[in-house]
Amino acid sequence: MLEIKNLKASVDGNPILNGIDFSVKAGEVHAIMGPNGSGKSTLASVLAGNEAYEVSEESSIEFLGEDLLDMPAEERARLGMFLAFQYPVEIKGITNSYFLKAAVNEIRQSRGMDELDQMDFNELLKEKMDQINVDLAFADRDVNFGFSGGEKKRNEILQLAVMEPRLAILDETDSGLDIDALRIVSDGVNSLRTPNRAFIVITHYQRLLDHIVPDFVHVIYKGRIVKSGGKELALELEEKGYDWLKETDQATVSA
Amino acid sequence: MANTITAVPRDHFINDLAGVTQNGSPAWLGALREKGKQSFVATEFPHTKMEEWRQTNISTVVKTPFRSLTASTDHGLSADSVAAYFYAPDTWTELVFVDGFFDAALSKQNTLPKGVVAGGLNAAIHDSHPAVEKHLNQHVGDRNAYTALNAAFLQDGAFVYVPKKVVVETPIHLVFVSSTAAKDAAAHIRNLIVLEESAQANIVVSYRNAASNATYLNNVVDEVVVGANANLHWYKLVEEGAGGNHLNTLAVAQSRDSRFRGFSFSLEGAVIRNQICLALEGPGAECSLEGLYLNDGERLIDNALTITHKAPNCQSRIGYKGILDDKSKSVFTGFVHVHQEAQQTDSDQLSQNLLLSDHATIDTKPQLEIYADDVKCTHGATVGSPPEEVIFYFRSRGIDEKTARGMLTYAFADDVAGEVEIDEVSKRLDRWVYEKYSPKF
Repeated sequence: MLEIKNLKASVDGNPILNGIDFSVKAGEVHAIMGPNGSGKSTLASVLAGNEAYEVSEESSIEFLGEDLLDMPAEERARLGMFLAFQYPVEIKGITNSYFLKAAVNEIRQSRGMDELDQMDFNELLKEKMDQINVDLAFADRDVNFGFSGGEKKRNEILQLAVMEPRLAILDETDSGLDIDALRIVSDGVNSLRTPNRAFIVITHYQRLLDHIVPDFVHVIYKGRIVKSGGKELALELEEKGYDWLKETDQATVSA
Repeated sequence: MANTITAVPRDHFINDLAGVTQNGSPAWLGALREKGKQSFVATEFPHTKMEEWRQTNISTVVKTPFRSLTASTDHGLSADSVAAYFYAPDTWTELVFVDGFFDAALSKQNTLPKGVVAGGLNAAIHDSHPAVEKHLNQHVGDRNAYTALNAAFLQDGAFVYVPKKVVVETPIHLVFVSSTAAKDAAAHIRNLIVLEESAQANIVVSYRNAASNATYLNNVVDEVVVGANANLHWYKLVEEGAGGNHLNTLAVAQSRDSRFRGFSFSLEGAVIRNQICLALEGPGAECSLEGLYLNDGERLIDNALTITHKAPNCQSRIGYKGILDDKSKSVFTGFVHVHQEAQQTDSDQLSQNLLLSDHATIDTKPQLEIYADDVKCTHGATVGSPPEEVIFYFRSRGIDEKTARGMLTYAFADDVAGEVEIDEVSKRLDRWVYEKYSPKF
C-alpha cells in the first residue's frame, strides 16, 4: 500500500530525514518510535503533503500505486491518506458537522460518487460518533475551538472514522493524554482496524502500544530508521530508554 | 496648490438650490436651509490634509460635478420593478424612496399602531408634525461640506415617529432606490426618526440600485432620537450600484435608559462612508454598533464611529468586521469620548479584519478620550489572513485551498449575519456572503 524509498527531507535547508525506507501493507499497524527531534513528526507531515518540507529528488513514495510526492495534500486525502495531527488547529465559526460534511463530499466527488445530503450525512456522523463513543454535542461545536487536549485528539479520531481512509497516520495522538482519554482514543482506533486499512502510529511513549498493538515497530533516530522489529522491540526500548540509541549511534560512528 | 485635486466650484451646487421649492415651506425650514447654505460656502470639501479624512480619499466624489436632485424624478419604476426590494410586503410597512423622494404609490403601507407615523419627511413638514420642527437638524451639527449641502437641499427623506409607550412589532423598511434618472446626480436625503419615551421599533434601511452602472451620489443624513427608556434596532444595508457613492452621517441622540442597536452592512458601492455620531445623553443608556463591510476591487469603505458618553452608567459596544480583497481601501475609526460626568462608563470596541489580498489596505484605529476617572474602556483590532497551518488542516481533509478560504471567509462574515434578529435580513446577508465567497458546501 505504501512504499517509501530513500526519503530525504529538509526544512529551510536543514536536513531532517536522511534516507528512510519502509513499506506498509493493508491491514498492518506500524509503530514509529524515537526521541524528540528524531524526525517522527516530519515523516508524518511529509506523507500528508505539507509543502513546508523540501523532499529530495532521490526520494520516492508510492501510495496505492500512485506517485505521492507530486500530489497536493488534498488529493492525497481524497486517495485515502489521513493524518491525525499532533496539534490540531482550532477553526472558529465552522462546526465539526459542516467541516466533516465538506470533507466527506470532497472525497465522494473525487471518486465520482454523489454528494451526501444533510440527512444522510447526519446519519453517518451519528453512527461514527456512537462507534468511537464521543458526545453527540461534538457535531455542533466549532472545529477544536475551546476543546481540551483530550477532546481535540478524540475529534481527530472521529474525523478518521468519518473519512474512512486507507492509511491513517497518528502523530503522537497519545501525547499529553491521561489514561482515560488514552483508552478512549485507542479503543476508537482499534474499532477502526480492518483488513483494508493500515495505520502508522507515531509515538514517543511505549505506553500507547499497550493499547494499540502494532505488527511492526520502527525506531527512528537522526532521520533514519535505526532498528525495526516486532512489538517486542517497543518493550526493549521501554526497558533501555532512548539513551541506548545514542550509545549505539556513537559506536557506529567510531567503528 | 498644484498637487491638490480640483473640487467642483461651489456655485455649481448653489445654482441648483434654485430648484428647491421654498413656497409653502415653513419659515423655520427656510432658515435651516439658508444656514446649511452658508455653512456649505464656508466649509472646505473633504481632502486628505484634514485630520478626519487623512486616510479617506474621496476625491472621485469631490471632483464630480453632480447636479442636485430637487424634485421627484421621472424614474419610470413600477411596482414590479421595486417588488424585489421588499422583505415582507404583506406584513411590514415598506416605504419606497426613489432618487431621494418618497413614492407613496410604490410603497406598501400596512396598518401601524395608533399615532405611529411612517412616511415621507416632506409630507410631515407640510402636516406640521410637532416632532419635525422640534428635532430636525437639531442633532447632526455641522459635520462637513456634505452634511451642510444636505441641510441646504433639505426637502425629503423618511420620517418615522413612534409615540410614547407604543411598540411597533413588525419592522419598518425604508427602501432608497437609485434609478437611471439619478445618473450623474446627487440625492440629498434626510431621514428623521423619533421614538418617544418607552417606545420600541425595528427599522431596516436599504440602499438599492436600479441605475445600472451609472455614477451617482447618495448624500444621506439621518437623525435618530431615542427617548427615555425607548428601544430601537436599526439595520442599514448599503447595496449601491458599482458607480454609486454613499456618504452618510447618522446622528443618534439617546436619552436616559434608552437602548440603540445599530447594524451597518456595506455590501456594494463605489465610495462608501458611514459616519455615526452617537451621544449617550442620559444615565443608563446603552448602545451597540455592529457592522460588516465587504470590500473588493478598488473600492473605498470608511466607517467613522464616534460615541460620546455624556452621562454616568452608560454602556457602549462596537464590533465591526471587514473582509478586504483586491486593491480595496478600508478605514475604521472608533472614537469614544467620555465626559467628566460620565462615571461608571463601560465601553469596548473590537475591529476584526480578514485580509484576502496582499494589496488590500485597512487603516483601523481606536481613539479614546477619557475625562472621567472611574471607567472601563477596552479596545482591540485584528488584521490577518488564515494561517497556513489552518489551510493545511483543511487540505489534509481533502478540501482544497480555494474552498477552505471560502469556508473560512463565509464563517467569519456569517457570524455577524447571525446576530441579526430579523430573519429576512439575516437570510439576505447570509446569501450575500455565501454568493460572494462561494464556500461551495
